[in-house]
Formats: sequence, structure tokens, C-alpha cells
Amino acid sequence: MFADFDFDVISRSMPYMGEGMLFSLGLTFLSMIGGIFLGTLLALMRLSSFRVINAPASGYVNLTRSTPLILVIFWFYFLVPLAMKKISGDAYATGIGPFYSALIAFTMFEAAYYCEIIRAGIQSVPRGQSDAAFALGLTYGQGMRRVILPQAFRNMVPILLTQGIILFQDTSLVYVVGLTDFMGAASKVAQRDGRLVEMYLFAALVYFILCFSASYAVKRLQAKYNFGR
Amino acid sequence: MDFSVFFQPAFSGGGIYLDWVLSGIKWTLLVSILAWIIAFTVGSVVGVLRTTRLAALRAPATVYVEVFRNIPLLVQMFIWYFVLPEIVPESMGDWMKGQMPMPEFWNAVLCLGFYTASRVAEQVRSGIQSIPVGQTYAGLAMGLTGPQVYRHVLLPMGYRIVIPPLTSEFLTIFKNSSVALTIGVLELTAQARQISEYTFRTFEVFTVATVVYVLITLAVTVAMRALENRVRVPGYMGSGK
Repeated sequence: MFADFDFDVISRSMPYMGEGMLFSLGLTFLSMIGGIFLGTLLALMRLSSFRVINAPASGYVNLTRSTPLILVIFWFYFLVPLAMKKISGDAYATGIGPFYSALIAFTMFEAAYYCEIIRAGIQSVPRGQSDAAFALGLTYGQGMRRVILPQAFRNMVPILLTQGIILFQDTSLVYVVGLTDFMGAASKVAQRDGRLVEMYLFAALVYFILCFSASYAVKRLQAKYNFGR
Repeated sequence: MDFSVFFQPAFSGGGIYLDWVLSGIKWTLLVSILAWIIAFTVGSVVGVLRTTRLAALRAPATVYVEVFRNIPLLVQMFIWYFVLPEIVPESMGDWMKGQMPMPEFWNAVLCLGFYTASRVAEQVRSGIQSIPVGQTYAGLAMGLTGPQVYRHVLLPMGYRIVIPPLTSEFLTIFKNSSVALTIGVLELTAQARQISEYTFRTFEVFTVATVVYVLITLAVTVAMRALENRVRVPGYMGSGK
């Protein structure tokens, strides 16, 4: 089976694959930060007792979570350029390039998933903590920032990182709009050189090593600091 | 917004664009439900193996879960479709490339099924492990064999406990079925993109596709909740809800 396995195609496409990996990692890292930030806002909105605030957040989260990521990517590839034309008022505005369109799509998509994680995290902080914060005269913002969120995030670190690993795997789906992430690079080399077996198995191996060691590290971290206690 | 686009004659095939949407829905449901049958069966077996005391059974199950969970679905899809026919014995590879009926469809079903099985296995395992170990001892003390303990004590309770997380895996399989478009299955998302390319009615078409996915989610959620109520053990967890 490996008799005519061409290892050379892998070594000679290394620099190109490396660039693809940087794209994947960059997209993962930035959309994770964006997703956690937006997700926190959505979680706070969902926990609000005012219907006008929690209803739109719940609607957005439920809608996004029932839509496939590929469809969401298509949606944003269609909507982002339209929005750019509206904002700039220039009918010939050229959009913001594929990387940023993908970044916006992933941030908006992941925010819905992070929202649910963070909401559960906030709810896991005992009620007495927020009562105590208000009793001390802290405002809502101060109480959240200084009392509730630090404790909530401490409990959530492992699950936020695990979601980050899932996000890293999901970034391979930018393939559907032709971007050159790690998988995109692998498939372009595979098709150019007619070496599908080598490139796809190599891609699988790299993804496996990265995701497996990352989840192992998360497990170790969780045990070491006994997060969540 | 102009939804009349769905009643215009389609670019090819003789029908209207609505037929394309319906055909997309049909393939999305077929891929997802067949894949779920594989995922549930294989996942249950692997999940049970992971809870046994025999390392020789546990190890391969753990390897299975780690391998299928740590490789992106898209990569697995390409491996099933492009790589597998090349690395299996030649006669089988030739069959897969030449005679296999609907290779895109069946590879997508197998890929999605075995991928989701790793996630189902984790849920089944956590369900079984959440049952107090005293119940296993009680079963053994009553003279049940190991497999009988699983069959009559652990699994009936374990499955009930994990209905909510299994529901969300079942929902995920419908969403993940859209990855099948990368190997050429014309499921709902693929049809939506295709119609939008022919008609430029992107907004309307994507809206309809999104609404269909939301309806599938609602239907599955309602059905699974009904199932949960039906199989509830009186006086045990969550029956007050």
C-alpha cells in the first residue's frame, strides 16, 4: 500500500503547507478571542431579566446553533460585502478580503457556542457572590467585572480551550470558499501533483497530532489546577 | 425580497427550483438518518467497551475515539472518498471506484456515521459511569453475568441519562451532513448555493435553507423530548420537570 508512497511531495510542499498552517492557527486564535468577547456579551444579554435584551440574544444564539457552519460561511461571504457597500456608501466597494470575511464568519458563529459555555459558567457562580457584590455597593458592571466573571472564567478555562480545539478543526471548512488554510493548501498540492493519498493522510496526521496533544494538555491543566474544584 | 424564484423553471432537470430544494432536503435527511444509525450502533459498542475492566477491550475503543475525534470531519470525508479506494486491496478499490452505487452518498454516510460514533461513545460512556457502582455490585450479587448487568442494569439507565446530550449529537449530525457537499452530495446547503449561483437570489435561497435547518432542529428537539418523557423512570431524576 505504501509501495508508491511519495514522501517527497510532502517535503517539497512544506513551506506552502506551513503558510496554510499559520493561516489556520491565526484564524483560530483571532476568532477564539473575538468569539469569547462577543460570547460574553451575548451571555450577559441572555441572563438579563429584560425581555428586550435577552430575546434578541436568545434568538441569535438559537438560530446560529441550528445552522450548519458551511451555510454560515456562505451567509457571511454574501452579507459582508453587502454590508461594506452600505457602510462605505460606495457601490463598488471591494469588501475586506477573504481572510477577514472568514474571521467575521467564524467569530459570529463561535460566539453563539461560547455564549452557552459562558452562560453556564456565570450560572455556576453561587448566587451569594452577586448578592454580596451588590450589598457592598458595587454596580452591575463592577460586580460582573470584579466578582462574577473572574470566578466564572476560572471555572471555564478547560471547556473554553476545548471549544478552541473544535474551532481549530472547524477552520478546515474555509476550504468551501477556496481559502488556503492548512487543509486548503493540502488539497491544492494534492490536486496539482495528483498525490491525494499522501497529502490527505499527511493532513490527517498533522491535525491528529496537534489536536490530540492540545486536548491532552487541557486535561493535564484541568487536573493540575483542579479547575472547577 | 422575491420568493417567487422558487417557482421559476430550473436551469436543468425540467422542474422548478423548489424541486431542487426538496431534493436537497431529501438528501440531507437520508445522509443524516443513515449516519445516525451507524453512529448510534457503533458508538454504543465503543462506549460500552470503554467502561469494561478488560484493558484489551478498552484500549482499541480509546484509540477509536481519539482518532475519530481529533481529525476534522472534512479531512475524514476526503479520506473516505479519495484515499480509501487507493489503499484497500486492489479488487475492492476498483469496485469502489467503478461499480459502487452512489459512491459520494455512501462514503458521506459512512464517514459521518463513524465520526459521530466517537462522540456518541463518549456520551454512552459518561452515562454508564454516572450510575453508582453499587448497582453493578447489586446486579452481580444477584447472579447476573457481566453482559447481563450491562443489558438489564447499566444500559437502560445509562441511555436515559444521556438522552439530552445524545439529542444534541443527533442535531449536530444534520448540521454536519452539509460537509458532504465537499465530495459532491447535493444536499440542502449545496442546493442552496447552486440555486443562488443560477438565480442570484442569494438572500431568499439562504433564508429558506436556514429556515429548513431550524425546522429540523425544532422537530428533533420536540421528538427527543417526547421520547425522554415516555421512557422516564417514575421517581428517578428529572421526573419532576
